[in-house]
Amino acid sequence: MTAVPRTRRIGSRATRRLVDWGLPVIALVVLVALWWLATIVFSIEQFLVPAPDDVIEAFIGQSGFLLEQTWVTLLETVQGFAVAVVVGISTAMSIAGSRLLEKMIYPLLLAVNAVPKIAIAPILVVWLGFGPFPKIVMVFLLCFFPIVISTATGLKSTPAELTELVRSYDASRLQVFVKVRFPYALPQVMVGLKTAISLAVIGAVIAEFVGADAGLGFVIVQSGASADTPLAFAAMALLGVISIVLFYGLNALEKVILPWAEENR
Amino acid sequence: MIKLTHVSHVFAGRQGEVHALDDITLEVRRNELVTLVGRSGCGKSTMLRMVAGLLRPSSGTVTVAGEPVGKPRQDVSFMFQRAALLPWRTVLDNVLLPVEILRLDRAAKRRRAHELLELVGLAGFEKRLPHELSGGMQQRASLCRSLIQDPLVLLMDEPFSALDALTREELSIELQRIRMEREMTIVFVTHSIEEAVLLADRVAVLSPRPGRLRKIIDVDIPRPRTLGRNAYADRVAEVSAELHELLMPAPMAPEGAG
Ligand SMILES: Nc1ncnc2c1ncn2[C@@H]1O[C@H](COP(=O)(O)OP(=O)(O)OP(=O)(O)O)[C@@H](O)[C@H]1O
Ligand SMILES: [Mg+2]
Repeated sequence: MTAVPRTRRIGSRATRRLVDWGLPVIALVVLVALWWLATIVFSIEQFLVPAPDDVIEAFIGQSGFLLEQTWVTLLETVQGFAVAVVVGISTAMSIAGSRLLEKMIYPLLLAVNAVPKIAIAPILVVWLGFGPFPKIVMVFLLCFFPIVISTATGLKSTPAELTELVRSYDASRLQVFVKVRFPYALPQVMVGLKTAISLAVIGAVIAEFVGADAGLGFVIVQSGASADTPLAFAAMALLGVISIVLFYGLNALEKVILPWAEENR
Repeated sequence: MIKLTHVSHVFAGRQGEVHALDDITLEVRRNELVTLVGRSGCGKSTMLRMVAGLLRPSSGTVTVAGEPVGKPRQDVSFMFQRAALLPWRTVLDNVLLPVEILRLDRAAKRRRAHELLELVGLAGFEKRLPHELSGGMQQRASLCRSLIQDPLVLLMDEPFSALDALTREELSIELQRIRMEREMTIVFVTHSIEEAVLLADRVAVLSPRPGRLRKIIDVDIPRPRTLGRNAYADRVAEVSAELHELLMPAPMAPEGAG
């Protein structure tokens, strides 16, 4: 335990990477071991809480099927997220660009966001059927709000000195936006995207719970009905993997395109 | 070059009106460097912003090169107290920002940018991001940016006041060197009496609330000037003392009915 802070202080690139990856892996291993131990010590029934090896067995046994369902859910998630990014950022731009629009749209947004999304899920099935569409819409609904809010906040947080600076060159509104306001907002936009991506997976699963014939959420519902708990756990683990991969993907993207952001906030 | 005629300005603040400037008449000659001193809140920044075309006076007229100032002009550039560099742009790209916005000749200005960076001792730092520079280096980059458009007029609002004393003196000396290389009309706001005397051809002293022009002092000390030991120490001391007296509030004497 004491070795960890020391390696961090030495902080060479390789050791830091080892720490970044190693620590979460250690935590995961410990957690799984505890889980295993608990199922043995308390001799918990498999259909209540399966042991890790049951889950792995379930995964290996139906890996083709599970990966297919993972792909379905991943696709819904990414599509819904992408739509939310495009629509969300444009909405935020119009909010930040015009007081009038802000006054018109903001309360509406808040009201829509206050509606519990689960309540909408069955209606979406009625409207859009069992295909991927209601899932994409649900993902969109969950992602949209955090993206709008943080983008709008970012766009409105341009420091006065930067605005004055470009004004002193008599820059057009477009130039101010492209050269200063938008890039300045990007770290804040990323905050919104990261919040949204975690919600995105949840959105897909909610929609799949309500009405679907494919996807990991569908697998969980089905295995619940047949008391195949190990399979449900395998599906949940895959959902976790999707979330983590997407989140860290965004993180990596941020590091590449916004190397300046970390030092300035 | 710059002419303010009976300029007054009133801000409509939240707690009533703020009379920021009152009947200022001042002419800054071509290639002259006027330093503007005065206590905090006496309207120095307001005055500069009017010359820059960022703010319209409530009354009176401001002209630059004989033309009334309506909007910001290309040949007038502004340097702020904070470096105001864009954090995602390299030093070089920051210096070239005005070139992009004003749509100037890129290739020529690129060469000029390298020259300017060299001149202020930033050669080799072109590709760095602002957060990788010290405060003094950032302010140097900011100076290069305000010079890239080859302005006729340079307005500087306490440009060095966030820096330590030595860096500040270095930059003052660099500014004098730049002025020898290229003629420019400069209005320089400062809180430092030393800086005011070191740089100025004339010092304009403002008095606060409302901002009025209190006095203009000619600084007839030969250049280049330095803050250290020099042959004109007496004259420097004299001017500094005078400024000091003007800036320090007079002992509370009853002003009578007025
Ligand atoms: N946008 C504004 N709205 C209302 N009042 C303002 C505004 N800008 C400045 N003022 C007021 O006008 C007066 C002059 O301000 P200004 O910034 O020009 O002073 P200054 O001489 O530059 O002060 P400092 O030395 O502290 O920078 C101050 O009393 C200030 O409160
Ligand atoms: Mg000021």
